[in-house]
Amino acid sequence: MTRMAAGQRHRLRFVLNGAAVDRECEPRMLLTDFIRHEIGATGTHVGCEHGVCGACTVSIDGRPARACLTLALQAEGCEVRTVESLAGGPDRLGVLQAAFRRNHALQCGFCTAGILMSLDTLLARRPDATEAEIRDVLTGHLCRCTGYAPIVKAALEAAAELKGETSREPVDA
Amino acid sequence: MKPAAFDYVRAESIDEALDVIRNDGGDARIMAGGQSLMAMLNMRLARPHVLIDIMRIEELRAIRVDTSKVTIGAAVRQAELLEWPSLENELQLISLALPWTGHAQTRSRGTICGSIAHADPSAEMPLALLALGGDVILRSARKRRRVAACDFFLGMMATERNDDELIEAVSFPSTRGRRCAFREVARRHGDFAIVACAAVATGRGVRLAVGGVADTPVAREFDGLEGSALTDALDAFAYELDARDDFHATARYRRDLVRLIGRELIEEVTR
Repeated sequence: MTRMAAGQRHRLRFVLNGAAVDRECEPRMLLTDFIRHEIGATGTHVGCEHGVCGACTVSIDGRPARACLTLALQAEGCEVRTVESLAGGPDRLGVLQAAFRRNHALQCGFCTAGILMSLDTLLARRPDATEAEIRDVLTGHLCRCTGYAPIVKAALEAAAELKGETSREPVDA
Repeated sequence: MKPAAFDYVRAESIDEALDVIRNDGGDARIMAGGQSLMAMLNMRLARPHVLIDIMRIEELRAIRVDTSKVTIGAAVRQAELLEWPSLENELQLISLALPWTGHAQTRSRGTICGSIAHADPSAEMPLALLALGGDVILRSARKRRRVAACDFFLGMMATERNDDELIEAVSFPSTRGRRCAFREVARRHGDFAIVACAAVATGRGVRLAVGGVADTPVAREFDGLEGSALTDALDAFAYELDARDDFHATARYRRDLVRLIGRELIEEVTR
């Protein structure tokens, strides 16, 4: 049994966007704060901090999860991916991101990082995801700008592209 | 909106977890998927001194099937159960109700037993456990005991579990060969239920359970009732639930939903 005392920093190891993380944190530190303040990866946004808005959604072992409802220490040994993993390189957009841009599926962008991670994990598991499945996943997110319709359209377009039904040139960010 | 400080215990066996709750009692909280508890910690509605993470305990990860029931360990996540190939066959009611529990992003981490331990009055898993007449298996350092769902839920977020007990598993009677139905009304799919109803065919008639209205889910037997007798029985049941007005809906609207959905489901499982 491992008991990690309050107020002290404890070793934490996991994989973030393909790179090994080996750091320390206090037991009460949320995964959101660890990723943003300890690692400095600020793509993951913090909204409501009680699991309602979905802005902080990341992928943990291939499943979408609220980083604000996860302690950093719970990620021990896990594979975590954030929005920073979606683009192929600097000044590039991933397939989903490019589809969001084409379809005006974001305006202020605050909710976008979380929505992208939910859709990315959905399409990885279910390449044939239907509009109903996409809408079901989107119930876990709040977006006050778009009215969601452009997000659904972008997700369907990205799904078709990922299956090779349409192809596009790489898009600059 | 950050949790107060606590010790974090990563338990590797049930005995380790039980040792900590025996020693720390009410100051310790078990955490499984954390999808209800973490929100309470963030808002400081809960301030345990010790948090015991049970998700690395291998023996709590099992889904066990025997002739008449399915036993689900405390570390089985909701998403894992939804993907279990036998779910529709063995536990049809759960396959209908579980997609309404939270969102995909919380089901990926939340557990079945955690939802039952939390005992939110509008939650689907306590409702399904009661409708099916299942049991909660509680374990302390001294003993193990089974508590029937009808004796487990005592009030809003209050259960029969003692401070030194861990929910080791819950056991659902198999729904093979029994008709089941589930329906829920919420403002948005995945939000808290305004009214949720589950119906299960029994040998004599139908058991209807209602969540989201009273402080706990409530079940009632509707045996051989039809027409106006069924209308009267549903009306009496709707009033007995003692619905209240709140931010989401009026008491009257809740009673209407109980009558309407209740009749639909009873007809669906007896048709």
